[in-house]
Amino acid sequence: MTQIVFYVFATVLVLSAGMVVSARNPVHSVLFLILAFFNAAGLFLIAGAEFLAMILVIVYVGAVAVLFLFVVMMLDVRFTRMREGLQRYAPFGAAVGGVLFAELALAFGHWRIAANIADVPHLVPAPGRTNTAALGDVLYTHYVFLFEACGVVLLVAMIGAIVLTLRERPMGRRQNIDRQHERTAAESVEMMALPLGRGVAELGGFRRPDKSYYVASVPGSYGVTAEAVPQAAPAGDDRKGGLGQ
Amino acid sequence: MAHFFLHTLIGQVILTVLEALAVLVPLLLGVAYLTLAERKVMAAMQLRKGPNVNGPFGVLQAFADAIKMITKETVIPSGANRFLFLFAPFLTFSLAMVAWAVIPTNNGWAVANINVGILYLLAISSLGVYGILIAGWASNSKYAFLGGLRSAAQMVSYEVSIGLVIVSVLLAVGSLNLNDIVLAQRHVWFCLPMFPMFIVFFISALAETNRAPFDLPEGESELVAGFFVEYSALAFGLFFLGEYANMFLMSGMVSILFLGGWLPPVGLAPFTWIPGPLWLIAKILFCLFVFIWVRATFPRYRYDQLMRLGWKVFLPFSLVWMVLTAGFLLATGLLPQGGAS
Repeated sequence: MTQIVFYVFATVLVLSAGMVVSARNPVHSVLFLILAFFNAAGLFLIAGAEFLAMILVIVYVGAVAVLFLFVVMMLDVRFTRMREGLQRYAPFGAAVGGVLFAELALAFGHWRIAANIADVPHLVPAPGRTNTAALGDVLYTHYVFLFEACGVVLLVAMIGAIVLTLRERPMGRRQNIDRQHERTAAESVEMMALPLGRGVAELGGFRRPDKSYYVASVPGSYGVTAEAVPQAAPAGDDRKGGLGQ
Repeated sequence: MAHFFLHTLIGQVILTVLEALAVLVPLLLGVAYLTLAERKVMAAMQLRKGPNVNGPFGVLQAFADAIKMITKETVIPSGANRFLFLFAPFLTFSLAMVAWAVIPTNNGWAVANINVGILYLLAISSLGVYGILIAGWASNSKYAFLGGLRSAAQMVSYEVSIGLVIVSVLLAVGSLNLNDIVLAQRHVWFCLPMFPMFIVFFISALAETNRAPFDLPEGESELVAGFFVEYSALAFGLFFLGEYANMFLMSGMVSILFLGGWLPPVGLAPFTWIPGPLWLIAKILFCLFVFIWVRATFPRYRYDQLMRLGWKVFLPFSLVWMVLTAGFLLATGLLPQGGAS
């Protein structure tokens, strides 16, 4: 029974991995990649590594592949143009693939499990531990520095990505959330007593209250505090008329 | 008889199917009536009557809607990817169903009482985004696509804070098993000592299910209906059912993580007479009522405010709370030495 399930998962895994590289549409490629991840998780489950299976689904399928799909869907791909480059890049791609495959073959050809693995005390899970707990026991005690180092590497990569892509746009209409929360009715609204049948124009138009930080002559000054904005003439001109000039 | 069901392969298959039906049939009935309850509750909050024509108090409205949905024509837009277009609602619906396999409805009552139950739930709920993303892309429509993209960004963002909240709970439990998580709340439900996390989780659940005030993926004033703008008939119905089943699932997660699952509020006589599953159902219904209440009360968030709330408020807050929880448990010696189950 387990064997049949194993072969089903393994076959679908290999086939979908093949489809990832051969599918014409990049979105289909990503979807096949997701299918491949799923079947890999299934193989983990058969091997009794339920924690790894779940983490694989949560991290790769639930987060990484979503972002892949997100980006690939937004790419404006011309399929004919993609075919043009194929001839030129195929040898290069094949070379890279060949090197990687040779390295893997070398590594696994010499892969041997140490004969005395059962004698290493911290690698033998305590009886009755679930494999999640056993993994935690090893990871957070004997290998805690390596584990933390992995975390630091990821953090550096994350900060690097942010630094590389962050552009300061000089005068966007940014919100200053704190400033908005500090606003009170007193500094936002001014009640005017109007004589019946006559407009506000005769009284100088709509006025912004004295403490208002929006200055119409400075474009995009929403959210800028009063100190940072070059103060315009106090007479009515700038503060008249709200948005339209 | 017991031997046939527990020790033969065919018996176990039959047993599992029966167990699954015992969970899914009430769930689907609940989903059907949740759509009605939502309209009734919102109508009451807005001083209207709501559906009141089909049957007494409109109780047959749910079935009338279902029949209407089934008998309509399925329209597939030209230029759409047919397979993915029809696959997306199916995926959304079936993911909302399979998650129920691990939800314990009483001590030890779950279709699959697995050791990594909470991770399974997290994995399934993080897959929900694919149905929406694929639907948005396969429709070959701008509104649907924008809705799908919004939804992907939103769900990935709020999953982060959901994950951290769950970690805080797990620190106090010492096990990933949902049964253990409920049993750890025998003395006090986690919603009391972890009240801020309870609120963060509930709001994140709203965002994760694309409910108001976070229903931007389908914001009708901007995107018509968002990712399912091109869907009709049964395909639309499956999205609809999947969305409401997800609300049930998230309410179930809130009940299990923070409201003590099947446990009565106090372990004393009048409360213990009521069987566990009824307590769980009552808690789920309470959460669903709050879902609807929120929808009737709050205006929709703007997109940048939604992202700000997720990344700049919930994420740091739940991170700090997680560290505080770990520190408190370590300092008081309450840290569970779990994992032996």
